[in-house]
Amino acid sequence: MHFQFTPNEEAFRKEVRYYLEREIPKRWRELGFGLWEETDESWAITRDWNRKLGEKGWLAVAWPKEYGGQERPVMEQVVFNEEMTYQGAPTGVETMMTIGWVCPTIMIYGTEEQKQEYLRKAAKGEIVFCIGYSEPGAGSDLASLTTRAVADGDDYVINGQKIFTTMAHRADYCWLAARTDPDAPKHQGISMFIVPMNTPGVTVRPLTNILGFHSFNEVFFDDVRIPKENLVGEKNRGWYQLAIALNFERSGVAAPAGAKRMLEELVEYVKETRRNGEVLAKDPLVRHKLADLAVEIEVCRMLCYRIAGMQSKGLIPIHEASMGMLFGSELMRHLTTAGMQILGLHGLLNRGSKWAPLSGAIMRGHLASLSLGVGGGTSEIQRNIIATRGLGLPREPRV
Amino acid sequence: MNLDFSEEQEMLRTTTRDFLTKECPKTLVRELEEDEKGYSPDLWKEMAELGWMGLVLPEEYDGMGMGFMDLIILLEEMGRNILPGPFFCTVILGSLPILEAGSEEQKKELLPKISAGELILTLALTEPSARYDATGVATRAVAQDDGFVINGTKLFVENAHIADYIICVTRTKEGASPEDGITLFLVDAKSPGIRCEVMPTMGADKLCEVVFADVKVPKKNMLGELDKGWPVVQRNMEQAAIAKCAEMIGGAQAALDMTLAYAKERVQYGRPIGSFQVIQHYCANMWISVETGKNILYQAAWKVGEGLPATKEVAVAKGYINEAYKFVSERGVQCHGAIGTTRDHDIGLYYRRAKAAELAFGDTDFQRELVAQQIGL
Repeated sequence: MHFQFTPNEEAFRKEVRYYLEREIPKRWRELGFGLWEETDESWAITRDWNRKLGEKGWLAVAWPKEYGGQERPVMEQVVFNEEMTYQGAPTGVETMMTIGWVCPTIMIYGTEEQKQEYLRKAAKGEIVFCIGYSEPGAGSDLASLTTRAVADGDDYVINGQKIFTTMAHRADYCWLAARTDPDAPKHQGISMFIVPMNTPGVTVRPLTNILGFHSFNEVFFDDVRIPKENLVGEKNRGWYQLAIALNFERSGVAAPAGAKRMLEELVEYVKETRRNGEVLAKDPLVRHKLADLAVEIEVCRMLCYRIAGMQSKGLIPIHEASMGMLFGSELMRHLTTAGMQILGLHGLLNRGSKWAPLSGAIMRGHLASLSLGVGGGTSEIQRNIIATRGLGLPREPRV
Repeated sequence: MNLDFSEEQEMLRTTTRDFLTKECPKTLVRELEEDEKGYSPDLWKEMAELGWMGLVLPEEYDGMGMGFMDLIILLEEMGRNILPGPFFCTVILGSLPILEAGSEEQKKELLPKISAGELILTLALTEPSARYDATGVATRAVAQDDGFVINGTKLFVENAHIADYIICVTRTKEGASPEDGITLFLVDAKSPGIRCEVMPTMGADKLCEVVFADVKVPKKNMLGELDKGWPVVQRNMEQAAIAKCAEMIGGAQAALDMTLAYAKERVQYGRPIGSFQVIQHYCANMWISVETGKNILYQAAWKVGEGLPATKEVAVAKGYINEAYKFVSERGVQCHGAIGTTRDHDIGLYYRRAKAAELAFGDTDFQRELVAQQIGL
């Protein structure tokens, strides 16, 4: 066993940190945008930023060189993600979805033409995907989705509705799960498609998230016609590909890095804030809460390294990844809940008020953390996976 | 970063587990709870033959010269099996301070005997104030003739009733700080003036009250330097906390395994209770605690073994694993239902051990305060 980063990894961390300290746009820092905060301005900044990273080969550092990556080992990707999050680099959930889940799946299941078409552009920051999984009637029970794709000559014709489609209003393509065999058992009749968002018949309608921003959408497909080449992988095997794709989402190495930054800001706050004539940092209840969070952050970080370690060896973390995602999402809830309690009434204030501690970041994080325990599989679904696939407990009889 | 054990270490784990499963069944564990000595001399001898007591001692003292991480593996398996007896206090609390602070003469005299299983040692640190910091040390040692005279009461001393030597932490000077003026002595447990009594505890784990009344100790039995013993204790407390974590994680793993087996076989409403999501989620949470606990344990243990600063890592690990073991054993009892609340079933053994282990070498509040200081509060 050895618990230190290699000199190479440390050198890369230094390089990334040096770059970020100089290059993160001033305006982005002023905005102080966190997860699920999305405006025309933040979109423009992240898009420019992604192109800049793409030019350096840093948007997808672990990808093969032929697709625009740098073929860096998983641990360097970990280092990179840690620094990006800790330093607060511009990023949106669309980057994570595109680079983190959709494209790796195309890399596994796509044809060479598909890889050439989508991966290079994605790695350059030129295109982003949204993910068309959830439907009004298919959330946790995703396999019961009803959006249909029917073969018609050289095309597929798609009809149906998706919901909670994050960043569909910005995306160039939708990574879509649709039913291609309605007569097969529900897991065996699903296929994956790439649908250009500008195809006639695609309608995007905004949903406002709990922070008050437009990040979610409903997406309607009315006789949307796409060429057969846009099927990815094997027809009717989509569920199994999708299960792999979901696993890319679940390693969550950035969560503890972001939490660490937030905790450090809270520590600074309690050291310079007086309440009832005493510095907050001396209050045993405050110390207790912050220490607990520091413990949780360290535990989460080690769990993420463990998952990355598996990936380094070419293993696919399944229940381990569920654990990582679950732990990370609960960490963010615990952190922002404790933060809110420490800040008291002031914690309710948002940016724009001179009275808002940390410009309202804890409050917004508190709201944003809600969706972490829901999106990409609720905490309950993660626990089901851990219990049945990890521990081998018998499945609950299901209808 | 390499987060895997070596093949040799995996082998050590397997052989340790096999040995303990065979030689220390739960029937023996229960028997020893009631036993006056609290350990099996036969088993102790066999463990010595396997080289366990000298596992991390250098070969020149008849040890095996292995690493701290190997010791962690051993302790995990001991915790898994709830091995009763004086291994922890002899090896962790006894041999490690001697290895660190002892004179060559003391090492030559004692370490080979420890390796051979001929000596039982323990550490007398805590007192009626029940603190693990230097402030808690009130027992006095005063220079007299060619030695020192110790007076005071030590509490929660592990296995003092069977110990050959007690490392007694004493105050020899009222210094500028509580840490200044602490001196360690190797006290022959049969010295006149020592009164030892086993205290009735929740874990039936042979914690003793040891009263020192004018106990004479020759000067050559001083361990380390006069008045400068606290750093030795402090390092040992870090080693002990992380070693205890290993036992605890082993115990938590056992409680989880036991609960899973039960959940798969116990049928209610016509199906195994493990098919109910409520039980599944309890088990998932228990497993997360165990797995995350292991990761954090190994990182801290590695740092301690490498001699790197590990104050924060150890406090994080002990604080976290304290809660993890209690949580896992409590959910374990709950999943077992009524039988879990009896002494007929093994799961309750783990519940009692979890609480005892939390309180040893710093409970969660104690660790939290250390962490708070480490993050700049």
